[in-house]
Amino acid sequence: MGFDSAHLIALPELVLALGAILLLVVGAFLGKRSMAVVSGGSVIVLLFAAIAAGLGAKGVAFNGAFIADDASVFSKVAIYIASAVAIFLGERWLTRIGNAKFEYPVLVVLAALGMGMMVSAGDLISLYIGIELQSLALYVLCAFQRDDAKASESALKYFVLGALSSGLLLYGSSLIYGFAGSTHFADIAAAASHGSVSAGVIFGLVFLICGLAFKVSAAPFHMWTPDVYEGAPTPVAAFLAAAPKLAAMVLFARVLAQGFAHAIPEWSQVVTAVALISVTVGALGGLVQKNIKRLLAYSSIANIGYALLGLASGSQQGMQAMLMFMVLYMIDVTGFFACLLALYRKGEPMETLPSLAGLVRVRPGIAIALTILSLSVLGLPPLSGFWAKFYVFRAAVSTPGMGWQAVYGLVFSVAAAFYYLRMIKTMWFDEPIGETDVPPADARIVALGAAAFAFPLVMIGLAFLDPLTAAAAKAFGLA
Amino acid sequence: MSVGLPSYLAVAAALFTIGVFGIFVNRRNIIIVLMSIELILLAVNINFVAFSVFLHDVVGQIFAMFVLTVAAAEAAVGLAILVTFFRNRGDIAVDHANMMKG
Repeated sequence: MGFDSAHLIALPELVLALGAILLLVVGAFLGKRSMAVVSGGSVIVLLFAAIAAGLGAKGVAFNGAFIADDASVFSKVAIYIASAVAIFLGERWLTRIGNAKFEYPVLVVLAALGMGMMVSAGDLISLYIGIELQSLALYVLCAFQRDDAKASESALKYFVLGALSSGLLLYGSSLIYGFAGSTHFADIAAAASHGSVSAGVIFGLVFLICGLAFKVSAAPFHMWTPDVYEGAPTPVAAFLAAAPKLAAMVLFARVLAQGFAHAIPEWSQVVTAVALISVTVGALGGLVQKNIKRLLAYSSIANIGYALLGLASGSQQGMQAMLMFMVLYMIDVTGFFACLLALYRKGEPMETLPSLAGLVRVRPGIAIALTILSLSVLGLPPLSGFWAKFYVFRAAVSTPGMGWQAVYGLVFSVAAAFYYLRMIKTMWFDEPIGETDVPPADARIVALGAAAFAFPLVMIGLAFLDPLTAAAAKAFGLA
Repeated sequence: MSVGLPSYLAVAAALFTIGVFGIFVNRRNIIIVLMSIELILLAVNINFVAFSVFLHDVVGQIFAMFVLTVAAAEAAVGLAILVTFFRNRGDIAVDHANMMKG
């Protein structure tokens, strides 16, 4: 078999797979000095993969198991860029703390490969392989600080609950396969189209949704998130909070929209319930947190709730809202974690809320970036977080019967505003408690870049993102 | 004598339930958690193979092969994480994995 059109369609994945193997060999041969080379190489591999995805062939390959369409291309480019940023932040950070091992960038590339598989999956088998490739790389990344008790505990918790969620997902897949007679999303949809959807398939679908809800850390399957964010190395937490969430959301959308297009009322109510519980848990759980990384974990649970609300509306507009929300949120959350990477006092990370007291007088640049990002995530117009929520609520309101869900989400977004405002108050109005270390250039660049995107660059960004997300949403084939 | 599909599904469902309870009820040892995870994946494999035979479709068996392969990789990663945990903490009791709460 030669290099045919199927391989052209899967070109980004081939670039990443071969690139990761090559970089692993290079790293093994160069030994201890290889971190800079392998990191640079990984970023180049990711950029090539992004170009291959953006300009490459679209279509369906490998008997329908692999789909390259506007939705997968859009998400892949976003995922690869986010992975490259994670390598940039992580390489410098690991070098500073004296743990510069070349496995870090290689693992990020492998995780990006898994995420690319997830957003292109057209079959339950490729869905499972994509999720596992991503998850196995992320478990190891969480435990990357081998001598840190908190990091290994967080990796252990993530592993056990991640494996359980894979088990739920697989059990659901097996029931769907048995009762629908196929693992292809298109064939599952065709089986469901003759008359009513069988109870076995619905049962399997609920298991599948539970497994995916674990992966996007939606409540009530969120309990791993705060511990993992707190324990994992900060650049890894920044990576975890951004790209894998987008990949899992796109996978979620693709399974539901392409495999179960005839069961929209059935899955829509499950997803709505999960979305509203996430919004509630995220808003209330964040109120009592003192650790900023845990706070960001609860904030991410609440934000996934809003993205799921877009998904639950089961329309093309809802899918566009979900994609737009995830991309804008990814930029905000990466900026947040970059601020944490920039803030050290006497060599210790400043991860608690009280340690930020009076920051604006000590480090005005970082404090202003954190303020803009907080205001953006809480949804103040005209920052990027406002536009993200605007898309979601517009989609929810224009779906019949989802009016009160939108109002509920809006009320809890006001409740969640409390903890962002408390952080801003601590930085601006409390007495400073001492000098901080000079922020490293890499974290400062990413933090200020994300803040600049939150406002005013978002106005230009929206002009590009709106048509792109609209085209991507069309690929899911909903009305 | 032939065994029907419901019997296979019942066995798989029982194994799956035992696996899930093994993760949540067990308070002693993380190795038991890893065993429970394997049990869940094997229950799923029984489902796949049973459906594959009754549907006369080979895809279920292919899926089961993939699950077996990934389960091996997953066990390797899980044990590696467990080793780092043990080195840092000196034991592997589930109750002692409680540095972070809230």
